[in-house]
Amino acid sequence: MKIMTCPLNGPRNITEFQCHGEVHQHIDPTSASDKEWSDYLWMSNNTAGVVREWWCHTPSNFWFLAERNTVTDEILATFAVPADGPLGEVR
Amino acid sequence: MVFALLKYGISKRYPARQEVPLTPDLKAHYDVVIIGGGGHGASLAYHLAKHHNIRNVAILEKGYLGGGNTARNTTVIRSNYTDQRSIKFYAKSLRLYESLSNELDYNMMYSRRGQLTLSHSDGVSRSLRLRADAGVFCGEANEILDRKQIKDLVPSLNLDIKGMPILSGLWHRNAAIARHDAVVWGYAIRACERGVELHQRTEVLGMEVANNKVTRIRTNRGDLSAGVVVQCVAGYSSVVAKMVGLKLPIRSYPLQAMVTHPIKPFLDPMVSSTALHCYISQSARGELVIGGGSDPYELYNTRSTLELKEGLAASAVELFPFIGELKVLRQWAGITDMTPDYSPIMGQSPLSNYWLDAGWGTWGFKATPASGFFLAKAIADNRVPEEIRPFPLDRFERFDLVNEMGATAASH
Ligand SMILES: Cc1cc2nc3c(=O)[nH]c(=O)nc-3n(C[C@H](O)[C@H](O)[C@H](O)COP(=O)(O)OP(=O)(O)OC[C@H]3O[C@@H](n4cnc5c(N)ncnc54)[C@H](O)[C@@H]3O)c2cc1C
Repeated sequence: MKIMTCPLNGPRNITEFQCHGEVHQHIDPTSASDKEWSDYLWMSNNTAGVVREWWCHTPSNFWFLAERNTVTDEILATFAVPADGPLGEVR
Repeated sequence: MVFALLKYGISKRYPARQEVPLTPDLKAHYDVVIIGGGGHGASLAYHLAKHHNIRNVAILEKGYLGGGNTARNTTVIRSNYTDQRSIKFYAKSLRLYESLSNELDYNMMYSRRGQLTLSHSDGVSRSLRLRADAGVFCGEANEILDRKQIKDLVPSLNLDIKGMPILSGLWHRNAAIARHDAVVWGYAIRACERGVELHQRTEVLGMEVANNKVTRIRTNRGDLSAGVVVQCVAGYSSVVAKMVGLKLPIRSYPLQAMVTHPIKPFLDPMVSSTALHCYISQSARGELVIGGGSDPYELYNTRSTLELKEGLAASAVELFPFIGELKVLRQWAGITDMTPDYSPIMGQSPLSNYWLDAGWGTWGFKATPASGFFLAKAIADNRVPEEIRPFPLDRFERFDLVNEMGATAASH
């Protein structure tokens, strides 16, 4: 079993978690061009390496951030969403 | 005969047949460079050489021929999709497969089994009906079976699964399986006979772009240039596209599968259930080939997980309770390049000499003949043929998707 450490619930089986994708910069739908908007919707960095993602512990519905290596399948760090300041969003 | 036994029995100098040529030296320039030596790359090279007399072609493969998803797939070949644009494309591929052993003079062990897709709910029964009718409209053989007909077709199937009884099924009689390795070997061998060069252990590390063109390809064995460059790298599509500055609507997920030890033949058709996330076929050797849904998160790693194997086994035993005693013989995973609409990306990229064959996800083995056939034509004529025009990269910005999610999940 692979274990993920939830910032709220501690170490839990990874089957209790859901991955919700890379932490993106949001774009403003009212000012974005059609091309920018479709890129935002569909395109993905699909990085082979370290990524920062949204994860959710589904039984408690606790959302947090995780850093993960997509080549080695290692979870490098998990942390609660900072109250203010940047989340390390990528484009 | 006795003579041969003496001669070769005591000597190691067998008259070995060298079918796939040894990797030659890299030349400085090729008319076409294909990145990726899987089924798709080999099929493209074959069709370029055979139909379009384009023979100054190199396939660059970072590992060994057909060692990617081509070696890892469960070989379901079918055309029972939902959208007419896909049905027509996959139907062409099915036809090419039917005569492929003859075409390549190489035994594909092509075996027409038929595929039975099960419904356990009214909603799925309706979507199977839609797929059956859409297929029939395009001239493909599909029919809806009731419980009695399912029992007659697969007597060993458990129709009364607790909580989710089987209600109906989509029967696709021309669906088939084939020997995956033979497909890529056959295409590569016949392509090389026509002058194509296969470079194994040759990894593309980067590319230089100037004036909207790829001008240089860097590999671990030296640099080269090409008139046209095509990427056919499945799970690595985003990584290679990034080398030329392109971002794709692709996410790479592992897909796992497994086989049991061999037992005597009892299962002729392939059976699949989307609700159970499981599909099963019996190979010519008697092994049960069991596959299902993708892994839960993106990964460039072919490790297997206990959770997924457990899930597959649990579903398989629901369908065929008597296989509970069988042992798992082998298990593996491939890295699949998933698109938002479960359809491929074929055609020109925004760069003028760079082409894409990507986004084949969990469904691209069946497309191996047709993707090579049509892409070769597109490259030779510098004009995309009608059959693959629905699948360009820019369909996403036009919101003109070809949605095959329902016809792909857990059936591949
Ligand atoms: C478990 C599993 C089951 C499947 N079941 C089915 C099925 O039943 N039916 C179906 O139709 N499809 C199925 N698929 C999907 C199918 O296997 C693939 O879509 C198809 O094989 C893709 O072929 P390809 O030639 O494009 O890719 P591959 O065979 O993966 O070839 C790509 C090659 O590119 C090489 N490469 C990558 N990067 C580089 C680089 N930088 N330089 C040089 N070479 C590089 C790789 O080494 C690899 O050999 C399944 C896939 C999996 C994993």
